[in-house]
Amino acid sequence: MNILLRAENITKQYQKHRALNQVSMNVPAQSIFGLLGPNGAGKTTLIRIINQIIGPDTGTIFIDNEVLKPQHVQQIGYLPEERGLYKKMEVGDQAIYLARLKGIKRHDARILLKKWFERFDLTPWWNKKVEELSKGMQQKVQFIITILHRPKLLIFDEPFSGFDPINVNILKEEILNLKRDGATIIFSTHNMGSVEELCDHIALINKSEKILEGEVNQIKKTFRSRIYEVELESKHAPEKLIPDNRFTTINTKSNNGSHSMQIRIEQDATTNMLLEALLPMGNLMSFKELTPSMNDIFIKKVTGKFPLETNQKNGEPIP
Amino acid sequence: MSKTTVIIRREFISRVRKKSFLVMTILGPLLMAAIIIVPVVVTQLSDSDYAVAIVDDTTLFSDSFEDTDNITFTPLASSIEHSLQLMHDGRFDAVLHIPEMAFQAPSTLRLFSERSVNISAKLRIENILKLEFESLKLSHAGIDEEVLRSIETPVNIQAIRIKDDGELITDYPEISMGLGIVSGLLIYIFIFLFGSQVLRGVLEEKTSRIVEIIVSSVKPFQLMMGKVIGVGLVGLTQFLIWVVLTFAIVGTFQLAMPDMFRFTPDEQVYITGSQVLSVEEMEKQKEIIQQYDTVAGQLMEGLMAINFPVMIFSFIFFFIGGYLLYAALFAAIGSAVDNEADTQQFMLPVTVPLLLSIIMAQMVMLNPSGPVAFWLSVIPLTSPVIMMVRIPFGVPYADLALSAGLLIGGFILTTYLAARIYRTGILMYGKKPGYKELWKWIRHH
Repeated sequence: MNILLRAENITKQYQKHRALNQVSMNVPAQSIFGLLGPNGAGKTTLIRIINQIIGPDTGTIFIDNEVLKPQHVQQIGYLPEERGLYKKMEVGDQAIYLARLKGIKRHDARILLKKWFERFDLTPWWNKKVEELSKGMQQKVQFIITILHRPKLLIFDEPFSGFDPINVNILKEEILNLKRDGATIIFSTHNMGSVEELCDHIALINKSEKILEGEVNQIKKTFRSRIYEVELESKHAPEKLIPDNRFTTINTKSNNGSHSMQIRIEQDATTNMLLEALLPMGNLMSFKELTPSMNDIFIKKVTGKFPLETNQKNGEPIP
Repeated sequence: MSKTTVIIRREFISRVRKKSFLVMTILGPLLMAAIIIVPVVVTQLSDSDYAVAIVDDTTLFSDSFEDTDNITFTPLASSIEHSLQLMHDGRFDAVLHIPEMAFQAPSTLRLFSERSVNISAKLRIENILKLEFESLKLSHAGIDEEVLRSIETPVNIQAIRIKDDGELITDYPEISMGLGIVSGLLIYIFIFLFGSQVLRGVLEEKTSRIVEIIVSSVKPFQLMMGKVIGVGLVGLTQFLIWVVLTFAIVGTFQLAMPDMFRFTPDEQVYITGSQVLSVEEMEKQKEIIQQYDTVAGQLMEGLMAINFPVMIFSFIFFFIGGYLLYAALFAAIGSAVDNEADTQQFMLPVTVPLLLSIIMAQMVMLNPSGPVAFWLSVIPLTSPVIMMVRIPFGVPYADLALSAGLLIGGFILTTYLAARIYRTGILMYGKKPGYKELWKWIRHH
């Protein structure tokens, strides 16, 4: 696997607060990498270090196996969480200005921008002042500026905040296009569900430390809940259905001989064993594993327990 | 084009295109020209005729009052009551009553008017009566007025400065003072106007949250310097336009109405009543007029005595150096706070040295080579203003070199400190830092 960005033992100390503690991670090329974690975990600090806005106290960042240098800013596109534009400046002029700061020539910038403005239905706004644009349009302009210089590495910090659902979809599609064209994308968000579907790899950061990193499918496998949702039509009472302690019933809902249950398979048992036990009992309507969401995995990582189990303890129904 | 140049270009163009720039650029010279022209015009046109009726109970002084351009005197034989009635009817603006006792008791003199009195008329009347009373008293005492007048000796010392090369030049401290204070003030105004524009520009980038987008492409230092230089160029451009336009407007006006700008001496009240002037008195009048004629010549001579190459070069140097020194500090303030209201706390220590230099300028002019003048003109925070005040009086090259060197050093130091505050400040939102916090930003790598 080709690694585009490698962070090694990054530590950043603010006056009284350690923002990052020995964080290392590998971002594979041509993939979408989710940098996940709650607010204040240190994601933005890490991103600013990658963008060379601030320097780390210790540790090194490599891009394509080269130590990060000032010239690398040309190869990175960054959409910060706190983003805005000059309100009084015309949209087109402003886009050209920001493109030139990324090293694109004025003439080229204009041609590229016209194309993108067309694509995002922004052309009529070229000569308007930014303050006349809606928030969503401003976000589109910012997005265009971020990707205009065709960077190898794109970093989006909370990209979907402020977008309406339609624009979120447009944006997701564009991001997938960029990946197809060979870009590597880092997503940072505290809303773990929102990017789960997009990400190939993720790293979880909590309280300045990386607590988990890997391929999304792999992680999900590791964090299998081993809980199955079963629907069964049976004349037996639900308690009678599960014969032995290889399985634990977590939750049961019964309605006229139709039982909906959540069953956890304990260590030495397998799915087949559960099926074998269930099949003679009645008519099996559905059988599927409850896959944990990134959110669940995160909570499991931090608290040591899946939210499902927590819920059970409190005696509340599982959502 | 380097990225800093791209930033400078935007800062310059976006400001020059603003309506407020256009308005200021045009209004500035109009105001300046008005300051020069209006007083001239006003003294010329002065208000319309002011008619004064004179009721002279002594009958001694009625003829002593000569009309001037805008005051007419009319002796009346009628009673004071009648005269007041005439004034009430609008025939006169004021009535001067000289009672019998006036000569013995001048405090009995009265000037009546229905609106508030015209000061220049009052002064003129006082002047005339004073001379009349004096000459009356002299003749009562048996002293010949002409003898007395011949005793009067104007004393006017010519100040000579011996230059380093032994050349003698006439010193005109008044001209030096004028030049010094004007150039010092210009630098002061320039620093304040455009320094605060830097501050607002930084604040705008911060509050609009564009700053993080920009610093992912350029170093914060480049952004800060781009702004400082860009705004400075806007200031220089505006300043140059002002100078050119001001001269153009004043020049045009002068060409159109040359009479107004000729040096004309104030008419002195030497002509007493209808008396025929004696030869000696004529001489005296001539002398006075000549003296005034040479004022223009003296002005020229005084200006020639100023070392203009040094003056102009220093002005440009301290103008730019002072701006750069302070602009970096203003940028740091803008980066440290979230809104304009919070800037006050940090503005104080930056504005105090500037205000101090303007306040001390007067003291420096009185003793331009003294220790206060020396120290204030070499310390970078006050030197841009104070050195300009000193230069017209002649400053040793050693002082100039020291001051210039320290200003360059000071500029590098403030820029270095400002850049460190700026770098951290632009990304800080929400909390208002104190001085302790700023110090940590400076020390923190």
